[in-house]
Amino acid sequence: MIPTPDLSHLKQEDYLSIYEPAEDTFVLLDALEQDADEIKSLRPLICLEVGSGSGCVSGFIGSILGPYNSLFLTTDINPHASLCTLRTGRQNKIPLEPLTAHLVTPLLPRLHHSVDILIFNPPYVPTYDSEAIDAQSQGDIRGAWAGGKDGMQVTDLLLEQVDDLLSDKGRFYLVAVKQNDIAGIQARMLQTYNLLSEVVLQRRAGREHLFVIRIHR
Amino acid sequence: MVRLISHNLLACHAKGCTSNNFPLQFKDVTVELREQESNPDFLKNIMPRLEWKALVGAARQLGDTSLPEEMPEMLDDEFLKNLHHVLFEIHVEEGAMVCPNCQHVYPILNGIPNMLLAEHEIS
Repeated sequence: MIPTPDLSHLKQEDYLSIYEPAEDTFVLLDALEQDADEIKSLRPLICLEVGSGSGCVSGFIGSILGPYNSLFLTTDINPHASLCTLRTGRQNKIPLEPLTAHLVTPLLPRLHHSVDILIFNPPYVPTYDSEAIDAQSQGDIRGAWAGGKDGMQVTDLLLEQVDDLLSDKGRFYLVAVKQNDIAGIQARMLQTYNLLSEVVLQRRAGREHLFVIRIHR
Repeated sequence: MVRLISHNLLACHAKGCTSNNFPLQFKDVTVELREQESNPDFLKNIMPRLEWKALVGAARQLGDTSLPEEMPEMLDDEFLKNLHHVLFEIHVEEGAMVCPNCQHVYPILNGIPNMLLAEHEIS
């Protein structure tokens, strides 16, 4: 049982603008823990988390791999989230490298076929398109959950870059809900990019039926 | 904390800015040095992923001249120690990174670079 990162340095004021870890975060942590031995044996050099929020998940990956065996890059569109991620890294003695950025744009082309572990717990809640667009451009808390049509508006943008990012041995862990059409995501990744995938964990939490999909070459 | 390992991975992505957009040039920076435990195996494995000239240039911009112009064939302890220091122990806390092509300024605040673009700059 790998302990969840210490988030005691984050306060209620922080959670007004950044996403407080919830069931979707925990299902992702559980999936990563389940795969911990495989992830370690991969000996990943570069880990990248998109939408790091509090930094909880990257902190956890750091605990699995050890602080100095990989580079832990994170991005978040919300500058406050990047700062919280930095502080979470310090609190847990894992050197996290947060960037405030939209998805992965400033890291391509340099990270072409270079990411060994890619992680995204996206804004997956189906909302009006305008709500999702607005939320991302404001970089505020709604950007953490508002996902537009089928909850896939933001996820789809990253799915287009996965084939470019993943190294030969790379794995992408994606959180999704039933309304995102899990089988559809898997089929698209196979047909368009020849990427294989499995559902590694699923769980019902309240009204959400959560899935963690693992995508790879 | 933006360190030189990350800087070596960042390019300008403003609309239309597709050439001479890497590496970004440091401007008005405040730097802090913080020790970190070294992992020579990691260093050896990450070397193929580095843009060497960009790394050397960035280190020199920040006042460190310990790295050779060309990536060496033999990786002795002294070299690995210097490489570790340049990649992981120099923290740029405040300042900016500027695109050599389009001059877009990416500010660095609290050790975190802001790579977001304004509406009109997004392709």
